[in-house]
Amino acid sequence: MTVRPAILAKFKDVAASQEKTLAPLTDDLVLLESGLDSLCFAIIVATLEDDLGFDPFSAADDVYFPVTLGDFVNFYETAALENVAS
Amino acid sequence: MSPADASLRATLRASWRLNARRLFAPRRALKLADIAGATALGWRLRALAGRSVLIRTASTLAAALALIELDGVARRMVLCPPDLKDEALPGVVATAGVDAIVFDEPTPAIEALGLPLAPLGPSFEPLDEPAACAAPTEWVMFTSGTTGAPKMVVHMLEGLTGAIKPPVRGAAPRVWGTFYDIRRYGGLQILLRALLGEGSMVLTEPGEPLADLLGRLGRHGVTHLTGTPSHWRRVLMSPAASAIAPAYLRLSGEIADQGVLDALKARFPAAAIGHAYASTEAGVGFEVNDGLAGFPASLVDGLCGDVEMRVIDGTLRLRSGRRARSYVNPDAPALTDAHGFVDSGDMVEQRGDRLHFVGRRGGIINVGGLKVCPEEIEAVINRHPGVRAALVKGRRNPITGAIVVADVVLADAANDEAALKAEILSACRRDLAPHKVPTGLRFVPALAMTAGGKLERAGA
Repeated sequence: MTVRPAILAKFKDVAASQEKTLAPLTDDLVLLESGLDSLCFAIIVATLEDDLGFDPFSAADDVYFPVTLGDFVNFYETAALENVAS
Repeated sequence: MSPADASLRATLRASWRLNARRLFAPRRALKLADIAGATALGWRLRALAGRSVLIRTASTLAAALALIELDGVARRMVLCPPDLKDEALPGVVATAGVDAIVFDEPTPAIEALGLPLAPLGPSFEPLDEPAACAAPTEWVMFTSGTTGAPKMVVHMLEGLTGAIKPPVRGAAPRVWGTFYDIRRYGGLQILLRALLGEGSMVLTEPGEPLADLLGRLGRHGVTHLTGTPSHWRRVLMSPAASAIAPAYLRLSGEIADQGVLDALKARFPAAAIGHAYASTEAGVGFEVNDGLAGFPASLVDGLCGDVEMRVIDGTLRLRSGRRARSYVNPDAPALTDAHGFVDSGDMVEQRGDRLHFVGRRGGIINVGGLKVCPEEIEAVINRHPGVRAALVKGRRNPITGAIVVADVVLADAANDEAALKAEILSACRRDLAPHKVPTGLRFVPALAMTAGGKLERAGA
């Protein structure tokens, strides 16, 4: 599975299991306005690490906090490339 | 000085610039001059003299007003945090000897307690000076405890304000803000700094969206802003973060890792950034302002300001006049050891010349500032007839510091592990708060035991 569909599916799964109403998933969606809370993002990052084998938040030297869904996907896609390269 | 002269209201009245200072709530801003010289309780304030008063308000602003009104008047104030459940109220009333209630919005749970009620009005009346209390008022706060009946500690205003430096006259006026609720220790510290340090404060109400709060903090010109690392990570993810330009920002309540400190420095380059250590039981410990995670090992075994610190059996112990006086609950253990030190339960490890927090003793997990006791979750999992044993632990997480995961040993091999997992998790969702529900659950063949036959917990 490539990164983007895995992330979008994860947002939907976590929203459903945490009983949150998810905003439409567009690249310019502000994550904090997506309907998900911090706990949801914590679960998304942890379970994506299990599925994809990496966690770009913990791997990065500079800590980065994405603002939009597009930033979030890019962050993972860039990390996935580095993961393959290394 | 009599207790009334040292009360919050008396100190506030003697402070400067009362006409220019305000408490800003989402739809209301009150001048401290109006608050200091009037009462929102009316004639009932007199009737509360010498009583043990439960402060159960829906709004944060009302809770702040109640504290200013009742300190120096009531014998004891019991400050309910917003997440305290209605079901806990009868137990709290019995344990803390409550004999009156101050509230803003009447609820069936408040009325069912059958005690004298004192509503905080929306308007102020001239203050009819009540009889002063014979002794300083006790401030009863709830600890960020984990299971069972809520645990309460008694503080005195003198201890609560022990870390607050006297205001510098002529300095730029400070506008304080916090992501904490002021009914918790970390938030109350900020309210007291604003009131006694001659500043203003922006109060948040439960459920206020972060973008709205950041917008208000920006509009009111917040200069000093505090929260947990998890609060700050949310700020870093918010486009509304550009609304604020604080001169000082502080992290407390969780481990401040180097990542979040660096990210804040990059996002707010003009701000001084500090991280502080405090607990509801031990009071304010220390503050670190060098931008590095952990704290200098030299602070331990010496005197750090008026606080003495020791590391014994791997956990940090603190002794100072800022600590709580005692627990209110009769069945609670002693608050201090024989030498007056409070065991924080926070484990530290020395790396080079610094000490770093590495977690909580007993496996307690800190999920975004909320403490979680693994045994409570294990008990829920173990109730499932298909489960033989469960071990709940924390997993590091870049968003909330940690999340909860569980290893489960089944009684018999399951035909359908996925269905069983769903059943166990659904029981957890039914019986536990969302942050306590395991976010990962795996079936394992066995769990490690200690020589004493207990589950082996990392760091226990």
